[in-house]
Amino acid sequence: MTELESFREDVRKWLGANAPKSLVGTPGGDLEGNWGGRKAKYPNPDMKRWLELCAERGFTAPEWPREYGGGGLSREETKVLRQEMARAKVPAPLIGFGLTMIGPTLLMFGNEEQKKEHLPKICRGEIRWCQGYSEPGAGSDLAGLQTRAVLDGDHYILNGQKIWTSYADLCDWQFCLVRTDPNAKKQEGISFILFDMETPGVSVKPIKLISGSSPFCETFLTDVRVPARNVVSKVNNGWTVAKALLAHERTMIADAFGSAAGGGKSKGLAGMARDSLDFEDGALADASLRHRIAQTEMDTRAFLLTTQRARDAAKAGHAPGSESSMFKVYGTELNQRRLELMLSIAGPQALGWEGAGFEERDLGLTRDWLRSRANTIEGGTSEVQLNIIAKRVLGLPD
Amino acid sequence: MQLVLSEDQELLAKTASDWVREHSPVSRVRQLRDANDPTGFSRPLWKQMAELGWVGIVFPESYGGAGMGFADLAVVLEALGRTLAPEPFLSTVLLGGRAILLGGSEAQQQAWLPGICEGDKVLAFAQQEAKSRHDPFRVALTAKPDGKAYRLDGEKIQVLDAQVAEALIVVARSSGGERDEAGLTLFLVPRDAAGLTITPQTRIDHRNAALVKLDGVRVAADAVIGANGEGAALLQQVLDGATVGLCAEMLGAMSQVFDDTVSYLKTRLQFGVPIGSFQALKHRAAKVFMEIELARSAVMAAARAADATDADFEKLVTMAKARCSDAFVLAANEAVQMFGGVGMTDEYDVGFYLKRARVAEMTFGDAAWHRERFARLGGY
Repeated sequence: MTELESFREDVRKWLGANAPKSLVGTPGGDLEGNWGGRKAKYPNPDMKRWLELCAERGFTAPEWPREYGGGGLSREETKVLRQEMARAKVPAPLIGFGLTMIGPTLLMFGNEEQKKEHLPKICRGEIRWCQGYSEPGAGSDLAGLQTRAVLDGDHYILNGQKIWTSYADLCDWQFCLVRTDPNAKKQEGISFILFDMETPGVSVKPIKLISGSSPFCETFLTDVRVPARNVVSKVNNGWTVAKALLAHERTMIADAFGSAAGGGKSKGLAGMARDSLDFEDGALADASLRHRIAQTEMDTRAFLLTTQRARDAAKAGHAPGSESSMFKVYGTELNQRRLELMLSIAGPQALGWEGAGFEERDLGLTRDWLRSRANTIEGGTSEVQLNIIAKRVLGLPD
Repeated sequence: MQLVLSEDQELLAKTASDWVREHSPVSRVRQLRDANDPTGFSRPLWKQMAELGWVGIVFPESYGGAGMGFADLAVVLEALGRTLAPEPFLSTVLLGGRAILLGGSEAQQQAWLPGICEGDKVLAFAQQEAKSRHDPFRVALTAKPDGKAYRLDGEKIQVLDAQVAEALIVVARSSGGERDEAGLTLFLVPRDAAGLTITPQTRIDHRNAALVKLDGVRVAADAVIGANGEGAALLQQVLDGATVGLCAEMLGAMSQVFDDTVSYLKTRLQFGVPIGSFQALKHRAAKVFMEIELARSAVMAAARAADATDADFEKLVTMAKARCSDAFVLAANEAVQMFGGVGMTDEYDVGFYLKRARVAEMTFGDAAWHRERFARLGGY
């Protein structure tokens, strides 16, 4: 038996003994699941126990070093772990920006003290993080941000406003971009700083979206005192840190939409059409819808094959290929097209907001569609991504 | 399935691309066209490709081949596709040779495959008819029993390399109606058969193609490839394999015309700056880039599925052809647009790619036809 196979044996045994039965079949994809944090609610106490059991084994952050609460597993072992959890139909014990964004960034840029303070709490699901990047006046032009941080002894005093801070109302800490040198070139006067959301002067207001939900907030910062040691990397080097983190964010968004499109909670466009539309001679009677479905299914398949190709190339030891730069823009636009097509398949039933005459399934689809319009804006608009491809991959001049 | 080139394939890709740079620039295609060359390709270069082992890649070693797979052949065809090399891979290897390999008798295989692998024999595959458009099973050309022999009557169009082939494999209807899948038979017809007329056709890409008329052509029973009346499955298998090869060629061609476009965007000055600095053109280019990346994944997956006899092969090959058809046409159209006026001139190579894109798009089914097939395979 190879080492990987015996690892699989061990994991399988451990899951058999420890995975709570009441969690089997619970959705736990990248966009839903247990986010942890001080304010986490556990309607099912087994979810909390499951988090603790996994954290103890380092299974919440399998690839992170053991000294920071991770599992110290290889990429291959992590893949096996994910496969076995999927096979056991148990949800991921923990998800969130701690694991996908700030954690990897601290591993790369954080000092020892910062890693020791924050990473174990992320692994144990104790602290939930949010991202303070965009401002009302700094969207695609992120480097134009104006939130000021002025040194006062061993603290920075923060003043300004952040917007689109996802789930800020549910989060405990924020990683935030602030201007520490207003006189430098705009990218060179930015620092990357961490603060507790309970610090005096921090206030949060949810933003209601067209989908009716409020995943985003505004964060107002008024004379917020943050220890200077909370700056990650060097002062005024925040733009470099920010860009690295954005790469993690884009990967996360692309993965999320890839896995949603590849099956996940949807049973596929054809399955949906089969439930609600007329068939003639074994084929969908509406030829135009049939072709749109075929096109979209092919786009989805080709997109997933391309993400697989990037992973296979990485495994074979090749440097990250140019194909990965397109995942964010293509994945999000694909997700939008899929949802638009689902609306077409559902027809007038897709028009419900709430109440009588509409099924939960239809209402959910409609809200998903509305929410999806943000996909090509958040994490860098499609247009910004196309600029990045043109510059970094194709080498076109500024 | 691993969507990454093996070390051997990387080496093969490098050898092929070095060879193409040295021996097969696009100017060669232009010269063949301008000289109205009756062969339409270079026999010495075809022989060289055979000596390099490329022509025999997918044939067993017992027939002089390399016993390798489509994933390997795709690497070579992509390199050749970059400069639109017109040698008869499609007609002789992917259609004719593969039909004999998959459906032929031992005697037919012995008679043809070693000669093909050596680069000496050229075969044609007469399949398409005026009314068939993209449907391979729509065949009106008839095969009627005539004693122990068969009599073939009908007409095929745009038969690749028919004018230079030693023999043609003809798809004929031995029973059933014009649109039936059942009742098709493949026949091997020598080029000197009485009643066979081959008239070269000139298409926009100037590759070899011909009208083939069969007027009471008599062939013996041993000319049948596979089983009489049961040719549809063989035909589909041959066409699917050939489609993988064509897609690899298209991938090479679209990559090259796109590379040429990006180079032009960096060097062409207007308003005192390179036109590649304009966002309108950057975004157009980035979109073409994405389509080519997706096409590449689809082609790699289809080639590997062909080698593994994957249950999903038909879906993957049909997806690859739909994507490559759309992506090649897009890359070529965008190339002409971004080159601007000079892209319209015959002096520039862009037009060669634009024309080849349309021909390749319409070969073995266009994107719309493959979307329909993909839906059918998916049960909707």
